[in-house]
Amino acid sequence: MPKVPLKWLEESVSLVDGHTAEDVAAALAKVGLEEEGIEGGGVSGPLVIGRVMTLVKEVASNGKTVNYCRVDVGEHNDPAGPGHKPDNKEEYPASKGIVCGAHNFHEGDYVVCILPGGVLPGNFAIGGRKTYGHWSDGMICSAKELALGEDHDGIIVLASPSGESEVTFPGLVSDEDLVPGASAISLLGLDEATLEINVTPDRGYSFSVRGVAREYSHATGQEFRDPADVPVTGTAGDGFAVVVEDQAPVRGTVGCDRFVARRLRGFDPTAASPAWMKRRLDQAGMRPISLAVDVTNYVMLELGQPLHAYDLGTLTEPIVVRRAHAGEKLTTLDDATRSLHTEDLLIADSLGGHGARAIGMAGVMGGAETEVSDVTTDILLEAAHFNPISIARTARRHKLGSEASRRFERGVDTRVQLAAVERALRLMQTHGGGEIEDVYTDVDTTVAPAAIAMDVAFPSLIVGVEYSPEEVVAALEEVGCAVVAIGDSPEEQIHRALHPLDYETFGGLLIGSSEGISADLVSRVLVTPPTWRPDLTEPVNLVEEVARLRGYDNLPSVLPVAPPGRGLTHGQRVRRSVARTLAESGLTEVLTYPFIAESRLDELGIPDVDPRRDVVRLANPLSAELPLMRTTMLASLVDAVKVNLGRGEQDIAVYELGRAYQAKNIGDVAIADHTDGRITPDEIRALNEALPGQERRVAGIMAGNRVRAGWNGHATAWSWEDSLAAVERVARAAGVEIVVTQGSRMPWHPGRGATYWLPTGEFVGHAGELHPKVCETLGLPARSVAFEVVLDPLIDAGEGTIVGAVPVSQQVVAKEDFAFVVSREVAAGDLVAAVREAGGDVVEDATVFDVYEGEQIGEGLKSVAVNVRLRAADHTLSGDEVLAVREAIIAAAAEQFEAQLR
Amino acid sequence: MTELSPLDAAGVDAAVAAALADISAADSLDALKEARLAHTGDKAALTLANRQIGQVAPEDKATAGKTMGAARGRLNTALATRQEELEAERDARVLVEETVDVTLPVNRHVVGARHPLEAMQERMCDTFVAMGWEVAEGPEMEAEWFNFDALNFDPDHPAREMQDTFFIDPPEAGLLLRTHTSPVQIRAALERRDGLVEDGRGIYVVCPGKTFRTDELDATHTPVFHQIEGLAVDKGLTMAHLKGTLDAFARSLFGPDAVTRLRPSFFPFTEPSAEMDLRCFVCGGDDSGCRTCSGTGWIEWGGCGMTHPNVLRAAGINPDEYTAFAFGMGIERTLMFRHGVKDMRDMVEGDIRFSQQFGMEI
Repeated sequence: MPKVPLKWLEESVSLVDGHTAEDVAAALAKVGLEEEGIEGGGVSGPLVIGRVMTLVKEVASNGKTVNYCRVDVGEHNDPAGPGHKPDNKEEYPASKGIVCGAHNFHEGDYVVCILPGGVLPGNFAIGGRKTYGHWSDGMICSAKELALGEDHDGIIVLASPSGESEVTFPGLVSDEDLVPGASAISLLGLDEATLEINVTPDRGYSFSVRGVAREYSHATGQEFRDPADVPVTGTAGDGFAVVVEDQAPVRGTVGCDRFVARRLRGFDPTAASPAWMKRRLDQAGMRPISLAVDVTNYVMLELGQPLHAYDLGTLTEPIVVRRAHAGEKLTTLDDATRSLHTEDLLIADSLGGHGARAIGMAGVMGGAETEVSDVTTDILLEAAHFNPISIARTARRHKLGSEASRRFERGVDTRVQLAAVERALRLMQTHGGGEIEDVYTDVDTTVAPAAIAMDVAFPSLIVGVEYSPEEVVAALEEVGCAVVAIGDSPEEQIHRALHPLDYETFGGLLIGSSEGISADLVSRVLVTPPTWRPDLTEPVNLVEEVARLRGYDNLPSVLPVAPPGRGLTHGQRVRRSVARTLAESGLTEVLTYPFIAESRLDELGIPDVDPRRDVVRLANPLSAELPLMRTTMLASLVDAVKVNLGRGEQDIAVYELGRAYQAKNIGDVAIADHTDGRITPDEIRALNEALPGQERRVAGIMAGNRVRAGWNGHATAWSWEDSLAAVERVARAAGVEIVVTQGSRMPWHPGRGATYWLPTGEFVGHAGELHPKVCETLGLPARSVAFEVVLDPLIDAGEGTIVGAVPVSQQVVAKEDFAFVVSREVAAGDLVAAVREAGGDVVEDATVFDVYEGEQIGEGLKSVAVNVRLRAADHTLSGDEVLAVREAIIAAAAEQFEAQLR
Repeated sequence: MTELSPLDAAGVDAAVAAALADISAADSLDALKEARLAHTGDKAALTLANRQIGQVAPEDKATAGKTMGAARGRLNTALATRQEELEAERDARVLVEETVDVTLPVNRHVVGARHPLEAMQERMCDTFVAMGWEVAEGPEMEAEWFNFDALNFDPDHPAREMQDTFFIDPPEAGLLLRTHTSPVQIRAALERRDGLVEDGRGIYVVCPGKTFRTDELDATHTPVFHQIEGLAVDKGLTMAHLKGTLDAFARSLFGPDAVTRLRPSFFPFTEPSAEMDLRCFVCGGDDSGCRTCSGTGWIEWGGCGMTHPNVLRAAGINPDEYTAFAFGMGIERTLMFRHGVKDMRDMVEGDIRFSQQFGMEI
């Protein structure tokens, strides 16, 4: 994101008196340019140039090697002598002693020292102090400590006469500036804070000092001076020949609608960029390279117009702007050879034929063969305007975001090219000499921005602040729009409809310029946005301009009144109940990622042919190891168990409400253009049908103890019963009756798993002990238990159910116990169901209270003891009645299960 | 020892006094039982004296009876009183003896907890439900049309590239993991459009849920995260209503003094657009060293704006007739600054200790 040195900004807008960098940032934030950071500034006191006279490496007691330096800091030097305690063993020449831990410098180097009394950014006051057995008078500074950016390691080396050290800011400091003791504050631009701002994608023009200055003016009302206001010399005509031959416009737009080219001859390639320019480039985050390149970058930063300088001697006329051919390659400035795509827009010259040689990826990066070099004397400078979408696609395709592409894809002013070329060539000429050719090329097919008709009351209607028509017009004009009033008479409306493009110039219909507008005269205005605001295309865009210029701070706070609500839906309430009941029964809710590995389904023992193998696959997973979406919650929930195991937890009971995903007929659902109108119900249906399955589920895994051992009792492990009980709790939370059947499927234990159904036969879920092999493979504790329930059918089944209350009987209850001896194979649930059935209406409850197998019962048999509570609604059951029920129950059990009463 | 005569009033008095002394000296129910036996048992002097009443001269019978009756009465009263006292003492002592140590750990059952993100989501929804809004939900695997096109994302918008969005294989199918809960806004608006247009029933919905972006997990990013978005469509809605709604929401989560501010920004689906900041609820903007707001006084909370006319059109709603506003914020982020969660990883790894510190409500 752009970095704007405030001194540079000040050339185009007067900053408010007494401003701090924070004030400027706050003003820009008000109009929508968010602060990312402030660099530089914040240094005061003696920050001076020092020359390292002696440097002694010493190993300190902590093993670290430090340098004890005597540094010449001119007028700040201590007089010759033994120095401060504890350094009074030797006679030192006039200098200061400084301890420094960096190792990227040598004796004789010029460095930057902050001396006692100085303050570093972050309000860090410097004093003299004893350290590593020496007295240290301040610090030798790094770029980081001075808030000059994070890019440089070690301390700053301004110059290294011996050539042993790498100079940190090459070319920044001239030899005559290297005076020990001289202040380094302005030399390093530390009196100039640099503001880094975040520019939203709609405001490409804020990628320039010009744009930011204008925004600052909007925020503060300070005067804006347009740096693009450069008188253009010369004449348009037969300059270097340029033709645009876009054989495949992207989305119907020709890739290049403006191309300005102008020659500079006799330039001195050895001329250096002025120090101020290098400093500003550095502050703005760009590396100074050579005068010609620096100037193109400088003008781009200033005006927002990317420029490209070619070595004229390497070019063959004409330049052709065209799409790449299949298989075409280009070696770009960064010496990378790139295979081009036929949609990439290229700049080509005609070496070897008309437009035969690619010399640059338009708006993204130039080619290596034609770049300016240290022998280039004749330059061709390009300032063009390209289709943002074409540039964005090329930059993304080649993963090549450049300063130029960043600007082009956000939109560049279509009218700034001549000024940019003029400004750049003048700068090159001033610092490197040469002749600017009078004639220049200007291929221009740009279209003026379309005017937008808007009711002046519209901003007030959207924003909720009463703006007067004058305020609306003033704000839009401040932004750079041309605003004219249009009448609202029927004749004019008809004319407008018939001549939508003409009426701006149809004098008779115009009521007057903006100065003349008053609310009672006219309510509609025609707004022509400035060329640097391609984002302004419809009335709501203008509303935002008015709102942000007048300030979001002025918005009143009004709570709208919604129509009477119906609360949460049945499904939402059920899911909350499910979540709560599980938490209350000792499980902890977790949220796991739905991404799973190919191998996870194998680890769960899921057969090759199983719906859970119909996985949805991600086209671009974060990790190649996790390319699938879970088809069962357990697939990812086991990871949560493992995390807890790995952290020493033994009693782990976790649950998750989420979705499992199921591939089904994936088809093409893309719909080309939604702006044409409303999507049809059929289209929506088609979209929804193409979506993969994504049922809501709840699942849990429990391992270790449910009840911990303690002073008052033994531990109880989570067992298969608990997992079944969890499913019953879930169904109860949903208010739905479910039916259990024996047996389950992988990953459950074949004999210790249950399957649940709705009474209608619809599948609900599974519960039970996990298969021993699954526990072993996944590293789960033996006999871990789990459940998984599909919530959607449960929720649907309970939807709209209204429980009809049965009066609570006040009659006396009769309790009857039965001990049935049946075959081991008989399911207790079936037996109890038969008991209920046989007992009829008077059976209030029937529960198994004991199950026993053993020698006394006999081989292959078991005893199931059932307690039955009998109660009639209207009378106390007589002894005879109870006896009759009892006999009926015994008879039914005998008949259906060959049950003997024990 | 000579037998006590029922006519020996002094003797009887002495015997009664001796008995009363024994009774009051009895310090336990057993001792009292002994005293009762000693003084009212078959061989007790007073019992024997009582029995002799029959043998005294008839003219003395009344006197003897009176003397012995009074003696028995005193004795029985004393016994009953002492019995009551001793029983009360015993009962009190039993209660003391039954005292337990209530500081012992009592619940050995493993205790569960809600995940704070879910609890936070419910809490946020409750605020809106209380204002009459509805909670709308939608699929996590979404059609590109709902996730992007309907929301006024240009086909060349960078978010549509693979670097941000998880696409479902094959990519040509136009299916993805939703990158925000905004597609639910479209679905909710489509479902409620007829109620709006035909019955004038304004649409007020919040859309909470899981969202996905291709960010690697680190302290501040997670590829799977949660958002809550709001959408209101009605006649005459303005940015002032948006601000009012956000202020009400902020107060419900951060107390009556909560304040929000809007800053201009850009989103494809809103115009005008804004970033929403919350006045730092920890320092109130008074502490330049505040860790919650980094000393800026404001906490970035979410994005918002007036719904773009193209978005309304996609939902079949005429933007010339209705206006709408929308807002959205990250639930993880809200949890992080409201509860001082330092590392995103704690929320996603499934360590049960993280959830357990929050319990059931947030």
